[in-house]
Amino acid sequence: MDILFSSVKELVSLAESQNKPISEIMIEQEVLITRRSREEIIAQMDRNLTVMEQAVEQGLKGVKSTSGLTGGDAVLLQQYIASGKSLSGDLILDAVSKAVATNEVNAAMGMICATPTAGAAGIVPGTLFAVKNKLNPTREQMINYLFTSGAFGFVVANNASISGAAGGCQAETGSAASMAAAAIVEMAGGTPQQSAEAFSIVMKNMLGLVCDPVAGLVEVPCVKRNAMGAAKALVGADMALAGVVSRIPTDEVIEAMHRIGQTMPSALRETAKGGLAATPTGKALEAEIFGKDKSIRDTVKS
Amino acid sequence: MKFRSVFEIIGPVMIGPSSSHTAGAARIGRVARDLFGRQPEWARIHLYGSFAETYKGHGTDVAIIGGLLDYDTHDERIKTAFEDAAKAGMTFEFIPEEEEAEHPNTARIVIGDDKGEMELVGISIGGGTMEVTELNGFPLRLSGHYPALLVVHDDRAGVIASVSNVIAEQGMNIAHMEVGRKEKGKMALMVIEVDQIFDETLINQLQSLPNVTQVSTLAN
Repeated sequence: MDILFSSVKELVSLAESQNKPISEIMIEQEVLITRRSREEIIAQMDRNLTVMEQAVEQGLKGVKSTSGLTGGDAVLLQQYIASGKSLSGDLILDAVSKAVATNEVNAAMGMICATPTAGAAGIVPGTLFAVKNKLNPTREQMINYLFTSGAFGFVVANNASISGAAGGCQAETGSAASMAAAAIVEMAGGTPQQSAEAFSIVMKNMLGLVCDPVAGLVEVPCVKRNAMGAAKALVGADMALAGVVSRIPTDEVIEAMHRIGQTMPSALRETAKGGLAATPTGKALEAEIFGKDKSIRDTVKS
Repeated sequence: MKFRSVFEIIGPVMIGPSSSHTAGAARIGRVARDLFGRQPEWARIHLYGSFAETYKGHGTDVAIIGGLLDYDTHDERIKTAFEDAAKAGMTFEFIPEEEEAEHPNTARIVIGDDKGEMELVGISIGGGTMEVTELNGFPLRLSGHYPALLVVHDDRAGVIASVSNVIAEQGMNIAHMEVGRKEKGKMALMVIEVDQIFDETLINQLQSLPNVTQVSTLAN
């Protein structure tokens, strides 16, 4: 066997028994699997972090997607935070706005880093760049945030799914929010087990989330689901840090997510045939974007 | 394990909007081009499931063409792939299919030029990761995780042994191997994933073996 862990249970017990953070176990596994040097692996994650940083910056300046469905909400949220009137708290709203910023850039065919997918790419960086202002992490700690997120995502991808088409939005934004919660816990000084609890608490609250993109685009409702995913990640991390535990163990929560995904009808798995995509407005937007004859199978010739 | 590297989870760095519909699609196109070994002159792309439903909005079409032009997932030129294809002299056609495929994100790519044709089925399994499930009619499982050799040969006794001998002589370890044939005694295919990056010497040696008709490679 060339892997160290394939379940959260194994991951946490490795981290506990060796007294290492989860990020370190992920780095060691990556060295083992890819036979690349530790330096090379960290350098690649550093580059991914830079891409995330640039996407957030770009989104906060305001972008508009080609369809016109999304763009500009990250700016609105930053203006609202600056007004000092926020009810849910500046840190949460900052994470929300930065998650939205990334997804708005993604929808506008901009460059992003998928975490774990492009449609869910806002949550991990959004929460990271928001808690950065509170926890003042080093660059290394920020890179480790991504490795910890990745460790949990690795388990989900191999035991369930990270694809909306296969498992609904719970597999994409659900995974992303849970991964982020686990990473926030580590950065805030929590234990590996608390990371796992945060993951479970958040994932349990993303279960059943359907993938119903309007016009089949990763815009509506995806951008706002990233926003709320970021908020849930922060709250879930706080709950775990407060000592709240999940009654259902993490691996079983992941297993439940997988089973729910498999029993979801295909209309709710990224086909744009059900849910919000099938609402009168959803259909009208689709017709507006692709023309009324989209239902007629077409052949595009160059 | 479907996913091996943390960079399949935190990554790829890519041009939006969808990792499975854009980045995964670009990778399927690029693998097809790699296995074909040169720039195809024409491409016929059949899309199934979610690919067929949403390919325009997700840029699946430009991504696959970008891949066929050898662009990586984060290459900004994906956006202008259609125009670039015209400049490169490649014509293409997209055919959305009603038929249900085994995987919701499936593309069947038929490419060719005056020297030959190739047909490949690729699936995008999430987060930009893809697998090749069929090549020239042979079912297979090619993950793209490892450097791979594809050997087309005549179905004769000893060919598999002679190919694996050449690989062993180079000190290389085989990670995964599949063999298949359409009909006894006719054309057969070997897919060999190895642990190390291989060089031209190995490919030349394999190509000169009796009963071997074609060797294609896929570097990791």
